[in-house]
Amino acid sequence: MEKIIVDCSTGESTIVALTPEEIAQLEADAKAAADLKAAEEAEAEAKAQAKADLLAKLGITEDEAKLLLG
Amino acid sequence: MPSTYTLISSNVLTGSAASVTFSAIPSTYTDLVLRISARTARAAVVDRIQVNVNSLTTAIYSMRGLLGDGSTASSNSDSAQTFANFVYTNGNTTTSNTFSTTELYLPNYAGSTNKVMSVVGATEDNATANYEYAGAHLIGTTSAISSITLTGLVSSFVSGSSFYLYGIKNS
Repeated sequence: MEKIIVDCSTGESTIVALTPEEIAQLEADAKAAADLKAAEEAEAEAKAQAKADLLAKLGITEDEAKLLLG
Repeated sequence: MPSTYTLISSNVLTGSAASVTFSAIPSTYTDLVLRISARTARAAVVDRIQVNVNSLTTAIYSMRGLLGDGSTASSNSDSAQTFANFVYTNGNTTTSNTFSTTELYLPNYAGSTNKVMSVVGATEDNATANYEYAGAHLIGTTSAISSITLTGLVSSFVSGSSFYLYGIKNS
């Protein structure tokens, strides 16, 4: 894997190979982002299911709920 | 309109790159504008760009933002993070050869107070779901910004991604 460094004082761009430590950090960051995304999706799904369950319990549709709360 | 709007440096990738860093940024401007058109190799419709200034990776980055995905609007926030988050970009399952459009604006980047950054942009895709976002960021450093590093959060930037850094002067 490589990174690009653009020196603004000269306008020159340099391609530099990532160190093993940098690669490890990138992989850790990517995993953390994926884990966070999965947690966010799970939470959104749980909220949607809870909402659907409540509407079913009340015996009303979502539009009817909006009408009541409006 | 500002008095001057000058291209400082640019880079258009001819291959993949994990990150792009603008270093030795001159302190002679008033504000900085970074225009990005990017896509990463992540096998998804969206990825994020991790933004760091002055190679700082301590927990000094916070933000509040708005996000729309084509059907739902939401807000997001982050605090005490090690990079500026929620800067979205195209992933590799979007329509071929399409790239996100993003602008980062850093006013008073060379001043001696904490830094702020506004972000606005959109991913591009020939699909009903797309991401439009706006964010207000706070970066807890009082040093002048002399470098900005952009890193694909999950995957590397692909060839064709472009990065243009402009300096704005108010006189």
